[in-house]
Amino acid sequence: MPLNISLEEIYETWRMTEKEHFDIRAVTLGINLLPCVSDDFDTLCRRVEKKILATARQFVKRAEQVDAKFGIPIINKRLTITPAALVLAGALTGNAGEDRRRAVEFARLLDRCAAAAGVDFLGGFGTLAEKGMSYADQVLVDAIPEALGRTEKVCGFISLASSKAGINMRGVARIGTIIHELAHGSENAIGAAKFVVFANAVSDNPFMAGGFHGVQEADNVLNLGISGPGVVRRVVEAAPRDLALDEIAEIIKKTAFKITRAGELIGRELARSLGVRFGSLDLSLAPTTAVGDSVGRILEAMGLEKVGTHGSTAALALLTDAVKKGGLMASGHVGGLSGAFIPVSEDVGLSEAVRSGALTIDKLEAMTTVCSVGLDMIPVPGDTKTTTLAAIIADELAIGVMNNKTTAVRLIPVPGKKAGEMVSWGGLLGEAWILPLHDENSDYFIWRKGRIPAPVTSFRN
Amino acid sequence: MSSNEKAKDLAVVLVVGKDRSGIVAQISDFLWKEEINIEDISQKIMQGIFVMAMLVDLAQARSDLGVLSTKLEKLGDKIGLTIQIQHHRIFEAMHRV
Repeated sequence: MPLNISLEEIYETWRMTEKEHFDIRAVTLGINLLPCVSDDFDTLCRRVEKKILATARQFVKRAEQVDAKFGIPIINKRLTITPAALVLAGALTGNAGEDRRRAVEFARLLDRCAAAAGVDFLGGFGTLAEKGMSYADQVLVDAIPEALGRTEKVCGFISLASSKAGINMRGVARIGTIIHELAHGSENAIGAAKFVVFANAVSDNPFMAGGFHGVQEADNVLNLGISGPGVVRRVVEAAPRDLALDEIAEIIKKTAFKITRAGELIGRELARSLGVRFGSLDLSLAPTTAVGDSVGRILEAMGLEKVGTHGSTAALALLTDAVKKGGLMASGHVGGLSGAFIPVSEDVGLSEAVRSGALTIDKLEAMTTVCSVGLDMIPVPGDTKTTTLAAIIADELAIGVMNNKTTAVRLIPVPGKKAGEMVSWGGLLGEAWILPLHDENSDYFIWRKGRIPAPVTSFRN
Repeated sequence: MSSNEKAKDLAVVLVVGKDRSGIVAQISDFLWKEEINIEDISQKIMQGIFVMAMLVDLAQARSDLGVLSTKLEKLGDKIGLTIQIQHHRIFEAMHRV
């Protein structure tokens, strides 16, 4: 049989993986834990442990085999579970102290299961509370600082808003204090990096920290998150300086198509070898701390002196849309968050722009209106008021609610650090400079609590 | 060969580096010892770099792709070239609609 792929194409694929950090960022196996529920806490724990270990037993090994077969690295292997509040609810006693202890104990069990399965993270210690919180939700939320602070691999989330329900401002106010406690109870505030607040949360997100296995999913589902900011940056950089923006969009689309097709092939192959359903593919361009693997740098390659300056929102809009268009044609099932991530500490370009003052919290917020997620990995001063944390969250959730899109917030108030100082977490989480916030308080707005009503969907101006 | 097309397990060996004599011989020798059949070879100088792709059939191969990948990487280190093997399907997925 003759070689039907050209040398240029083979070389291009090789260069993407070897030089431009193209990889499968995450394969995430979702596990339905609802069959494990019991009114006896010990029985519940036993069933959960058995279920997770049985389902995920071959997961890491199979992922490594597929990685070797196609020569495209699969960086992270993760598990997601049914939102923990739903799983735990039946096994609570009504005594808040005892129930919080149980929730923390449950998180530690999940941590042990994740370690035994050999995965990097396990997501789903959270709940959906867009309209209000049940008793189990409250127990879980109260347990979050201790549960995430005391575990290594467990990630948490809470959904507090949706376009249909509006914003649960009582929950937002509470979460402001929870994030503060979580940050102050863990070294370098790292616990807060494992917790995400959502508007319009998606049930098939393969990325952490906000991944969970939604109740509308089948029992076991494999979701996959591709990556490749480095690949996109190179094609944009290689384009002539005077190439029109619609042409830029075109080359980004083509690149997104190629990397998505590779991801689709790998996802299907892995799902097949595990005997589970292939759920969806998340197209998100997720930066890493590697130089060049940066969404900020892509925007700069389009012609901005520094990301954060005027034009950044437009450039990001073009990028997000082109990635979606290319990816949608390449994959049968696109889901998750799918767009471009702008996690400040994990992206060298963004991080440097914060340091130089070009990128501010206000510009970041504006950019989240057109990116796929939201205010992600934002280090803020350790003495930030809890009402200010809540107000930042409320702003971001409002953007999601009003625009029918998913938005998320991952704020990290770093104890002892002031605006302009550096914090370094190392590894995937990177390093960043603390962003200055507005000094004026939002106290009375947050203390009102209640709900922000769902928006009208017509009269859209 | 053509009598049993279905049983083929195709992969692409990519060699990148500085051109010199004996490259094809050294790699073919390795593939022969691993009982890997070479189906096609294509080579070119691209931007001053020697690039060669070999379409190979792993149906009779002694080791699986993961092991071969490690061995080829070692061979590459020894002879001063980058050698990589990837399943053929990845290229079809990425470059053919």
